[in-house]
Amino acid sequence: MSMALQAWLTSLVKGNIMFLIDCPYCKESRDQNEFSPAGEAFIARPQNPEALSDEEWADYVFYRTNHKGDHWEQWVHTAGCRKYFLVKRSTISHEVIQVSTFGEINSENAS
Amino acid sequence: MQKKYSWYSLLKAGLSNQEWDKAIPLSKPKPKYDVIIIGGGGHGLATAYYLAKECGITNVAVVEKGYIGGGNTGRNTTIIRSNYLRDEASSLYEHSMRLWEGLSEDLNFNVMFSQRGVYNLGHTLQDMRDIERRVNANVLNGVDAVVVDHKEIKEQIPIINTSKNVRYPIMGASFQARGGVARHDGVAWGFARAASNLGVDIIQNCEVIDIEVEEGRVKGVKTTQGDILADQIGCVSAGHSSVIAKMAGLRLPVESHPLQAFVSEALKPILHTVVMSNAVHGYVSQSDKGDLVIGAGIDGYNSYAQRGSAKIVEHCAAAILELFPIFSRVRMNRQWGGIVDVCPDACPVISPTKIQGLYFNCGWGTGGFKATPGSGNVFAHTIAQDKQHELALPFHINRFTTGALIDEHGAAGVAH
Repeated sequence: MSMALQAWLTSLVKGNIMFLIDCPYCKESRDQNEFSPAGEAFIARPQNPEALSDEEWADYVFYRTNHKGDHWEQWVHTAGCRKYFLVKRSTISHEVIQVSTFGEINSENAS
Repeated sequence: MQKKYSWYSLLKAGLSNQEWDKAIPLSKPKPKYDVIIIGGGGHGLATAYYLAKECGITNVAVVEKGYIGGGNTGRNTTIIRSNYLRDEASSLYEHSMRLWEGLSEDLNFNVMFSQRGVYNLGHTLQDMRDIERRVNANVLNGVDAVVVDHKEIKEQIPIINTSKNVRYPIMGASFQARGGVARHDGVAWGFARAASNLGVDIIQNCEVIDIEVEEGRVKGVKTTQGDILADQIGCVSAGHSSVIAKMAGLRLPVESHPLQAFVSEALKPILHTVVMSNAVHGYVSQSDKGDLVIGAGIDGYNSYAQRGSAKIVEHCAAAILELFPIFSRVRMNRQWGGIVDVCPDACPVISPTKIQGLYFNCGWGTGGFKATPGSGNVFAHTIAQDKQHELALPFHINRFTTGALIDEHGAAGVAH
C-alpha cells in the first residue's frame, strides 16, 4: 500500500467517516466497504421451534438488544473471502475492538 | 403566557422597538407531573401539545437531553407525504397530513409547510406496476395521488434527465400534489411554544438516566436534573428507544442505524418540487434558503454515532447526478447523520407496554418527520385514555408476536 493511500485511509478512519476491519481469514486490514454487516451475534436458532411460545418465537425473530456500546455482531467479507465472522465493535465510536472466527468465541466466553 | 404572533404584534413590535419574549421559556422540573414525555423532538412535543389541547392534561413535562430541534427533528430532509400502500399506514399518515394542513394556524407559528408536491419515480416496468397499485390504493383511501408518465415529469421538471440511455431510465412516477416540505426545526419550536403556552414544561438539557418501576407500574424517572415522579410516561426517543426501554427492563423490536443527508450551497430556485427515487435511492428538494437537501439511505450496521459511511453518500450522490446531471458541479456544504430506530416491518410502534403507565412511540425508522403531528396526536390520546387511539391499533407492539405485521416495507416500494 502506498504511503499516500495509507495516509488517506488513516485520515478517513480518524475522522470516523469509515473504519477498517481485520478479516480473521484473510489476515488483512481492509476497508469496511468490502464487508457487509449481518446482524447481532450469538442468536442461536431454537433447538425445538415447535415447543416455543409465540412470545419466545417473536423474541428470536424480531427482538434485538440494540446495545449502545460494545456490540458483538456478524460481518461477511463480501468482496473478499466471502466468509462470515464475528466482530466486537463499538456502536458509539464505530471502533472495531476484536474480530474472531465463529469457532473461537461464542455466547458463553464472549466478553 | 406568550404573546400571540400576528401582523399587528409584528407591526407594533417593529415600530416600538420592543423586545420579543423568549418563544420557549426555560423550565426546571417540578417534583411531580401527571405525564412525562421522554424526548423533546417533534413527536414528543406534539404529544405534549395534543395532551394539553385535546385531552385536557396540562400537568405535563417534556424532558429532553439536548436542546429543542437539535436531534432528528433538525436532521431530516423534511419531506411530507401520505401516499402509503397499506390501509393502516395510509390512514395514519393521512391523519397527519390533515393536521399539517392547518398546523401553522393551529400553533400560531409559521412551520413553513409548503405543499409543492412529491414525485416518487419508477424506473422499471415492475416499479410502474407497483406505483399504479399504490396510487389506486391511495385513491380508494381518499389520499390524492396520480400516475404520471416520463413526458409529464419532463414538462414539470425540465432539469430532470428522462433519457432512455441511462442505467435506470425514468419511466414515470406517482405524484401527490398535497405532499411537500416544512421547516423541520420550526415544527419543534412551534409545538414547544404552543405546548408551553398551554402549561406544559419543556425541560431541556435534562437526560433521563433511569425509569423507576414499582410492582409493574411506572413511578417516575431519574434525570440529570433530579428525580421526577409521574403517573404516566410516554417514551418518544427515536434512535435511543432501546436505551430507554432497557431502563424499564424492556426489549423492543427495533435496531438503530445511521441515516445520512447532505445539503449544497444555496442556489437560485431550480427545483420547485420534491423528487424521490427508491430504485436508485436518493431524494432531493430545494429549501427556501436555496440549498439542495438530499437524503441517502441507512447503513446496515447498528450505530448510535450520528454519522455513517462514505459509501452511502457516494451511492446517493451518484443516483442524484444520474437524475439531475445539471447538479454535477454543485458544491456540497454539509453532511450529517441521524440515528433512526427501524422496526422489522418499517412501521412504527405506538403502544402501551407490559408496564402499567409506560407507553412507547418509536420505530418510525427513516420516515418519521412527515408523521410528526399525527403521531403526537394519536399518542396523546393513547396515553390520556390508557387505550390505543383507533388509528394506532394496528401499531401495537404485540403485532410482532401475533404476526399481524404491516408489510409497508416490502410492498410499498417507496423510500421512507
